Amino acid sequence: MIKMRRLLYHQAINEALHQLIERDPRVFLIGQGVTSPWYVGRTTVGLIHRFGPKRIIDTPVSENSITGIAIGAALAGMRPILVHPRMDFMYYAMDQLANHAATWRYMFGNQFSIPLTIWGIVNRGGGQAAQHSQSLQAIFMHIPGFKIVMPSTPYDAKGLLVSAVEDNNPVLYIDDRWLYNCEGEVPEDLYKVPIGKGIVRREGKDVTLAATSYMVVEALKAAKVLEGEGIDIEVIDIRSLKPLDKEILINSVKKTGRFIIVDGGWRTCGVSAEILSIITTEAYDYLKAPALRLALPDVPAPASPALEKVYYLNSEKIIVKVRELMSDKN
Amino acid sequence: MKISSINISSEILHKMYVTMLRIRLFEEKVADILSNSKEIICPCHLYIGQEAVATGVCMALNKDDYVFSTHRSHGHYLAKGGDMKRLMAELYGKETGCSKGKGGSMHVAFKDVGFMGSSAIVAGTIPLAVGAAFAFSIQGSKRVSVAFFGDGATHEGTFYESLNFASLKKLPVIFVCENNQYSTHMPISASLADVRIYKKAGIFKMPGIRVDGNDVIKVFEVTRKAVEEARKGNGPTLIECLTYRWRGHVGPSYDLDKGLRSKEELDYWMRRCPIKRLERLMFKLGCLTKDQKDQIYENVKKEVEEAVIFAKESPYPKEDELYKDLLND
Repeated sequence: MIKMRRLLYHQAINEALHQLIERDPRVFLIGQGVTSPWYVGRTTVGLIHRFGPKRIIDTPVSENSITGIAIGAALAGMRPILVHPRMDFMYYAMDQLANHAATWRYMFGNQFSIPLTIWGIVNRGGGQAAQHSQSLQAIFMHIPGFKIVMPSTPYDAKGLLVSAVEDNNPVLYIDDRWLYNCEGEVPEDLYKVPIGKGIVRREGKDVTLAATSYMVVEALKAAKVLEGEGIDIEVIDIRSLKPLDKEILINSVKKTGRFIIVDGGWRTCGVSAEILSIITTEAYDYLKAPALRLALPDVPAPASPALEKVYYLNSEKIIVKVRELMSDKN
Repeated sequence: MKISSINISSEILHKMYVTMLRIRLFEEKVADILSNSKEIICPCHLYIGQEAVATGVCMALNKDDYVFSTHRSHGHYLAKGGDMKRLMAELYGKETGCSKGKGGSMHVAFKDVGFMGSSAIVAGTIPLAVGAAFAFSIQGSKRVSVAFFGDGATHEGTFYESLNFASLKKLPVIFVCENNQYSTHMPISASLADVRIYKKAGIFKMPGIRVDGNDVIKVFEVTRKAVEEARKGNGPTLIECLTYRWRGHVGPSYDLDKGLRSKEELDYWMRRCPIKRLERLMFKLGCLTKDQKDQIYENVKKEVEEAVIFAKESPYPKEDELYKDLLND
């Protein structure tokens, strides 16, 4: 029997880490702040005391080399979990990620596997501004050679982390600190959520709202409000950007005929651009109105709360967009 | 070198000689093909002149030790035991190439002998070698890992970060800097504030040694000592091998017409040929005869010719290969 409890998102990750490291001697956690009780959003609590410094490796601030070291360890038979507690610093690691992790299998004709989980955390808001706020999923989605997941619930946070660690490829596991206090049902045992599968979070017949990561939470809030206006929203949690579950998106458009993608990254060449392109080419015949997108404006994150309000997406902005889509002209 | 100071069996000397010659004749052949045909189109960075480094280092390793390499990869590949035919086929872009025609000269690997790949991104494999050593240390294994890189790689931040981490964690990794004194066209004195690369080890509390990179025996002995220390858990060593590439940065040209270096400089280094040097020593020690030498040359020449035939006769990859090998599913 599956034992379910209600856990917070960060507790689900913490539990997965404990269980994964306990179960498999090849798994270790490496990155900045992993021995700190707070630096990685409380996700690493208790690990250093339980597993010691050989398997819980706090590192110097050398993002590129630490990433290369994790890749090298994966090449030598380990299954590292590499954490970048702020995605902004992953630009330092772009060489090792794009030129090495992503290429090492293809470039040498399938001789190597890199079973590496690269955990990038989006940590934004609160005046953190341009260099502590970025959501870089689109940049990685552009590069062949990765799988990319973005869990939005505690259940998926644990299940996708397990899948990432068991996968024989470099998997980017990207999550948003704004999710860390969300609560949900989580099985106690280890289980997998498949990479490459989206999920319908709410069924509806009028408009499809497809969303990534924390935007799923805001989309669900919006759907609730719109229900009161007689608009029936279907919410799809994309969950896996690569491989992307195109089928679940297209099937939903077949039903609703209206589509909005909501992504917490920038607009130009963003995840939203790629998904719109798929919908407008592969589901064109089913669209009753232009497919739309909500993404961050093409400016760096600002510090002032007044400007953050304009910059970040929320359920109100989603509601406005849905109303626009449902207005007479559409 | 005093003959009495040599503590190496004649069998090892022979192996070194054959390995260096295999690299030299392979590379001469590639230079010849590049100069006279369009059979090989990928950029090739030739190793001629530097053979003693790869040979001396790899001779001190076991088959299951790991080696990571650079864009100037052929010498390392052959010295670690990679298959020559499959290397040539890779340069030809054929499906029988060691990387199935997907890597070319700069991206060769041969996993079965612990040759873990070469990166065209300068310094790119240094942290990978550290990471493999880190895995060996977690696994409680006695294996070691080697990062080959050029003097140009010491301009990169990851070189310093990697040295720091390796020393901090006392990892079984050997950093082998092949200082051939040029990064592409640029002489080392124009790019490094302090050209004594081995000195950079000290700031990370690890041994740093400069060795004559054209003396295969010295390279071997220094590496052997570093490997021994690494296997004992005493951490990494930085070995700077002073050497020289006879050809230009890329391709078969000697680059003398480009005003990048002088004929005198090249002549000086050609007189210090690492192969001739070992040959003279072996003659002196009486462990190589003229007949044996001729026989070795014949054998290696034949091996290289066979590699060319294999490469030429192999098919190109099929079109659908383009989409294969990206992910492991």
